[in-house]
Amino acid sequence: MSSAHDLLEQRLTANELQANYAACIDEDRLEQWPDFFVDDCTYRITHVRDFQAGRPMGVIYATSKAMLRDRITSLRQANIYEKQRYRHVVSPTRIISQESGTLKTTTSFLLIRIMETGDTTIFMSGVYHDVLIPQDDGWAFKEKIVVADSAAINTLLAIPV
Amino acid sequence: MTANDATFKWPDEGLTRIPYSVYQDADVYAAEQARIYRGPVWNFLCLTCELPNPGDYRVTQVGETPVIVTRDNDHGLNAFVNRCAHRGALLCLDQCGNTDAITCVYHAWRYTLKGELASVSFHRGVNRKGGMPNSFDKSKHGLETLRVTEFCGLIFGTFDPETPDIEDYLGPEIATRIKRVLKRPQTLLGENTQILDNNWKLYFENVKDSYHASLLHLFFTTFRINRLGQKGGVVVDESGGHHASYSIMDKNLDNSSYTDQNIRSADDGVQLTDPSMLDSVDEIGDGVTLQILTVFPGLVVQQIQNAIAVRQVVPTGVEKTLLNWRYIGFADDDADMTERRLKQANLVGPAGYVSLEDGAVGGFVQRGIAGSSDAVGVVEMGGDGFESQDFRATETSVRGMWRRYRDLMGF
Ligand code: FES
Ligand SMILES: [Fe+2]
Repeated sequence: MSSAHDLLEQRLTANELQANYAACIDEDRLEQWPDFFVDDCTYRITHVRDFQAGRPMGVIYATSKAMLRDRITSLRQANIYEKQRYRHVVSPTRIISQESGTLKTTTSFLLIRIMETGDTTIFMSGVYHDVLIPQDDGWAFKEKIVVADSAAINTLLAIPV
Repeated sequence: MTANDATFKWPDEGLTRIPYSVYQDADVYAAEQARIYRGPVWNFLCLTCELPNPGDYRVTQVGETPVIVTRDNDHGLNAFVNRCAHRGALLCLDQCGNTDAITCVYHAWRYTLKGELASVSFHRGVNRKGGMPNSFDKSKHGLETLRVTEFCGLIFGTFDPETPDIEDYLGPEIATRIKRVLKRPQTLLGENTQILDNNWKLYFENVKDSYHASLLHLFFTTFRINRLGQKGGVVVDESGGHHASYSIMDKNLDNSSYTDQNIRSADDGVQLTDPSMLDSVDEIGDGVTLQILTVFPGLVVQQIQNAIAVRQVVPTGVEKTLLNWRYIGFADDDADMTERRLKQANLVGPAGYVSLEDGAVGGFVQRGIAGSSDAVGVVEMGGDGFESQDFRATETSVRGMWRRYRDLMGF
């Protein structure tokens, strides 16, 4: 049975992981982004309609940390896109369930995209559906399903969400 | 100038010059709605697998016109304008669903799944006051219907009674190349929409432009996966409007055609750390690893290895286009095959390794040509005609599109 203290600690852990994750992307430290995940992770960006219909596609669909690294290598070295930044605004993380040290959480987010021209738009809103597991050096995402509220994406999605 | 008399003086050079105003002019855009989308063309509406059961419907668009596609109780497919015959209100508000009749929310006129007017509320009035005159004939007030056809799991619609049968419309080579990819029955693995801040033609041209493929999209060359020099070519149908470009993988080719020209594509140091993303099988058995095909005016059928998708190009304004992606699997796919398709789908779509640039480049043109409506683009790669060619450093299918476009528009 988990004490109130454990519960508090889990809350802090989950919220801190999510805050660090968002800051990592917003501060363009993308090379560190895969380190928020375990080696055999799942990362997928989908939207509510596909998610509720059980359709498995992802705008990005990764089944390993290596695939996340490849995504960043490609962004840095291969893909061509206009300079842009993100600003994440995230809600407090809710703990949905916990089992043998694993936490299932959800976190709402609002993602603002800022273009080099100054053009600033709400690029995406949605919910992170996450599974967190403890590692030797802290917690990491075993699974992160990004469920966008809208099926539409303006122009392109380059930087991970 | 109004939409009906939009005229255009095309440059004397013909198909090798594209006047930029054609991407900017509101009258041209309005004329396209009438002459192209309501003209003798087959417009892609949706997939057969989206409407498996009687009562299923799906909302789509033909040009700017909102359209509903239904599966009726006789299992037939119908398409009609999503506009009430009474006062014009939008009928179906949800993207898709199942219903036994279509009822307008405004005054509750009801229509059958075939688009016939079934009932008018208060037809005989209330307490014998009001109501419709006896002369009102329900059978004359059905929804505006489109002729519908089905081909390889794709549903098309046309407003024009003169549009030829789909196989004649496509021509034998394009029809064969669609059949090659789209087996049946199909499953929908997912869908999404890319909002493009550019005229629809800039996107449709981009798909036909085999010249840019390995120059703008550096993923394959950076990770040394593909070469422009590999075997391939471009097929253009007789009308010019449809095309297919394809390539056949040759693993023995080196990078010399790029390094010789010192193009930035050649970067031999980079490798995928999880190459399972590209584990593909030759499911069709002909060694063709890539086939990008267009059907004028708004469909793209794509096979990149095992990633199969269709894209619907929908204009929503002079400088605004929706690109609706549908990612396809087949009913007989096993779990490994589905996983393969999902992983390879990383190549395509709004975040696709080899397609995300296409979402931006049309906007770069639209912004670049602002204020230059008298200037023209140059399309001379591979000659001045639109014949099929067995190489891909060409703009032949771009010229083909303009041939078809000008024929329909009278420009
Ligand atoms: S507008 Fe549809 S019933 Fe009146
Ligand atoms: Fe492209």
